[in-house]
Amino acid sequence: MTELTTALSLGHYLALGAALFCISLAGIFLNRKNVIVLLMSIELLLLAVNINFVAFSRELGDAAGQVFVFFILTVAAAEAAIGLAILVTLFRNRRTIDVADIDTLKG
Amino acid sequence: MDFPLLAFYAFAALAVMSAVAVISVRNMVQAALFLVLTFFTVACTWILAGAEFLGIALVLVYVGAVMVLFLFVVMMLDIDLARLREGYVRYLPVGLLVAVAMLVEIVALIGVKASVATPFADNAAMGPSNTTWLARALFTDFLLPFEVAAVILTVAVVAAVMLTLRRRVGAKHQNPLEQGRVRASDRFRMVSMPAVKPVEPAASSEPEQQP
Repeated sequence: MTELTTALSLGHYLALGAALFCISLAGIFLNRKNVIVLLMSIELLLLAVNINFVAFSRELGDAAGQVFVFFILTVAAAEAAIGLAILVTLFRNRRTIDVADIDTLKG
Repeated sequence: MDFPLLAFYAFAALAVMSAVAVISVRNMVQAALFLVLTFFTVACTWILAGAEFLGIALVLVYVGAVMVLFLFVVMMLDIDLARLREGYVRYLPVGLLVAVAMLVEIVALIGVKASVATPFADNAAMGPSNTTWLARALFTDFLLPFEVAAVILTVAVVAAVMLTLRRRVGAKHQNPLEQGRVRASDRFRMVSMPAVKPVEPAASSEPEQQP
């Protein structure tokens, strides 16, 4: 095994992406009351997906993967901006960011 | 082991540790800072993979803009942290179980051992540079999605501003329409004052009349 892993390869990146994905998923489970940490975990999930895109783009020599990462970064930035804006508005109206308190639609 | 692989192991270990710190530290400012560290180290691994443009873009866009936004929001809101930590310990076992099970499944599925054995081929982007290679694809095949991405960002900016905009009661605002249409006669009033002979002061005139 040590003789084989002498250079950087696709598997290294896939393993890193899987590890980050699972960590952020656990973060969503654990911090389910705190919206800010939930948003941070979603950013981490997107980052893990982007790692896979970059690795496969390098492996296959195809620029489409890296272009897609570019678009994911764009949409993630927009998502973070709008999510935080909603969060600020929510905090102004309810004085809390606890997910359990946001149950107006429950009926 | 060559130098890029050693560097990758160092960066990956740092990224995983800081990601664990993001979801486990108590203070949200520290969580945001650990998220910055995670993004930075992942950008380093992307540069190791030959994706220089995306690595730098990740540092600029995320570390420079999005994380500052997070820090602003975290510091702006006055949050009771103790209440938000309720249930952390209760969900810890099941959260860890699901995460570890998923990690094992994913690693088994992708067959890391098999794909680790074959290192990356020569970088296809080694022509002029990674940026040129990416830009060729972005501005030819993906021009329309690129424009749509610009529209999405504009919509996001407008939406974020409109969501947080509020009219305060009692605040004084200027009316630009009235400001633009102002005339000299609105600001300046001509008062007709006929010229009159100044009345001599009483104190100086009295001594003259006595003799």
